[in-house]
Amino acid sequence: MSTTTELTGTTETTLLRFATAGSVDDGKSTLVGRLLHDSKSVLADQLEAVERASASRGQDGPDLALLTDGLRAEREQGITIDVAYRYFATPRRRFILADTPGHVQYTRNMVTGASTAELTVILVDARNGVVEQTRRHAAIAALLRVPHVVLAVNKMDLVDYREPVFAAIAEEFTAYATDLGVPEVTAIPISALAGDNVVEPSANMDWYGGPTVLEHLETVPVSHDLAHCHARLPVQYVIRPQTAEHPDYRGYAGQIAAGTFHVGEEVTVLPSGRTTTISAIDLLGKPVDAAWTTQSVTLLLTDDIDVSRGDLIVPSKDAPATTQDVEATVCHVADQPLTVGHRVLLKHGTRTVKAIVRDIPSRLTLDDLSLHPHPGQLVANDIGRVKIRTAEPLPVDSYADSRRTGSFILIDPADGTTLTAGMVGESFASPDPVKDAAEDDGWDF
Amino acid sequence: MTTVAKVEEGTGTPYGLSHLDALESEAVHIFREVAGEFERPVILFSGGKDSIVMLHLALKAFAPAPVPFSLLHVDTGHNFPEVLAYRDRAVATHGLRLHVASVQDYIDRGVLRERPDGTRNPLQTLPLTERIQSEKFDAVFGGGRRDEEKARAKERVFSLRDEFSQWDPRRQRPELWNLYNGRHAPGEHVRVFPLSNWTELDVWQYIAREGIELPEIYYAHEREVFRRGGMWLTAGQWGGAKDGETVEKRLVRYRTVGDMSCTGAVDSDATTLEQVIAEIAASRLTERGATRADDKLSEAAMEDRKREGYF
Repeated sequence: MSTTTELTGTTETTLLRFATAGSVDDGKSTLVGRLLHDSKSVLADQLEAVERASASRGQDGPDLALLTDGLRAEREQGITIDVAYRYFATPRRRFILADTPGHVQYTRNMVTGASTAELTVILVDARNGVVEQTRRHAAIAALLRVPHVVLAVNKMDLVDYREPVFAAIAEEFTAYATDLGVPEVTAIPISALAGDNVVEPSANMDWYGGPTVLEHLETVPVSHDLAHCHARLPVQYVIRPQTAEHPDYRGYAGQIAAGTFHVGEEVTVLPSGRTTTISAIDLLGKPVDAAWTTQSVTLLLTDDIDVSRGDLIVPSKDAPATTQDVEATVCHVADQPLTVGHRVLLKHGTRTVKAIVRDIPSRLTLDDLSLHPHPGQLVANDIGRVKIRTAEPLPVDSYADSRRTGSFILIDPADGTTLTAGMVGESFASPDPVKDAAEDDGWDF
Repeated sequence: MTTVAKVEEGTGTPYGLSHLDALESEAVHIFREVAGEFERPVILFSGGKDSIVMLHLALKAFAPAPVPFSLLHVDTGHNFPEVLAYRDRAVATHGLRLHVASVQDYIDRGVLRERPDGTRNPLQTLPLTERIQSEKFDAVFGGGRRDEEKARAKERVFSLRDEFSQWDPRRQRPELWNLYNGRHAPGEHVRVFPLSNWTELDVWQYIAREGIELPEIYYAHEREVFRRGGMWLTAGQWGGAKDGETVEKRLVRYRTVGDMSCTGAVDSDATTLEQVIAEIAASRLTERGATRADDKLSEAAMEDRKREGYF
């Protein structure tokens, strides 16, 4: 015990944000409960509470699914209504899990969880294989461009741990996900209930030579080669102490959204287009020569030019075009619909501007990826395409190039509701005559 | 297992961030968003370790300029003297402005009544809410962490509260990417939780890494305590041992710091940060389970208090 404790206690490790998708029937709560329990992240008082609750419901052993139940409202109804965040750690890594319910009506929760995730675990029941819901989850992971996808084929114990069952499901899913643009799929045969291949390797599936779910979570790369990423710094705040000690200090504070910045680099401030060089980078009190995503920094510039909150600092040699016409794939997250002509606020990076929804060219059905042209509006959990005109030019990237600077939210100016999550540029939800995905409905583009 | 070889594993490139760097950067981003979008933010400051870490992060976020927020302490009147002294020292050192909302005042004025069990934690909600309203605070930083308690696991980083400070879990806005939505109507405010994604262990590791000073009661010391409700309590202004409860001297420390009447000490011989971290890493109890009487009241105690406007 002491070795593990010392490692967990004193070592700085890395952080992996991941999401799970799947319904209660797929055993998602059991998988999450098992990850928490078997990684010893469940403490005695939490386990006692679960044992008490399980006993009061007349269950024999502790129901690990109860570990992830949150609010009384949910317990009473036996449902999960929202994204819940879980935390656990092993000596090798710290994990933040966005646990999202898998019901049809909760697409928005999966989108929310996936937006910050570097990895998504999609569960299927080995007896049922790839079903409509699995395809929906794969589509969301692909749209949100989650870099790593794990297919956990659960309940292998109920198919006698047979390899062909697993292989067929893994093959079908991988083909589907790859088609959607998912860059990496790792399929793992598990039994969450029995514990096979969740934390410990399974003794029942000798034919499987890959990692357990936890081993994979511990070793998947969490940062990427930034050399080819567009560097972007949305300015959050201008730091001007105006004190005797720092009479002339003027720093531009923000979290680097993508790429790397270097001292001496020529940069452009958007949307003004003014150009200068980085004279210094302050990394929370420590001067550095270079800084990268997702560090929070303060940039000091050589020239005294006008920079304020909402501006975007970029390398002059790699500046995005600014535009007032944004086309995007969106997920509508509010109960009130989004309509053509809707006047909204658009928050991109640190800038919030007025905007109007000019067109909703299509709505996507996640189950079969069919497109429905000109739906007129999007309602909660709809995924569709929108064309937006903004009151001011915005330096947007394509979401395919940059998840942080290619994304935005739409806000209702009247009551502040977050209406819609947007991803700039093309996706498989774009109307595309070549794909002709809408033939089922008789629509013709 | 070797320690050193594991540190950078999984990073894969020279551009990795350690988990503490990632959490720190996220919290700083949250502080700066609030500074950029709100008129009158305030930091809830109890002198507990989470609020101390919040203040440390705010200082780093705006350096070399001063923190552009004031502090608010909701004072139950049952304070550990060491913690009050720490609070006043921090305020003086950093030239901050401190607001104090006093539960004792409300009791003296007859607005609030002492509970039969003597616990004042639930009584904090009204003084907190009224001070937010009278000072027109529009963003209120709290040190709440999602790992603390089930009801907190679904809390947003930006948590909208109505004019009564009430939390409606169904009215909370989805939070996508790092795009926080701080829009609110007049009279409403937003509770902001920069430590949402931190665990107790992260907080302690960060305190060690940054060399942050804490009130001394977080370290093992000899103290006269008595047993009540499965916890070691200390006598004070709030009261003390009743008939049948025996006072004894024990070596203890505090894992959380709150109202004296409901914050228990734990047996510990950890006198240094390293020993505290080792103890927490090995602990089999959550910090609230080990030290908070108010959360043991019912399965949904925290959910109910949050709805009413608690931290």
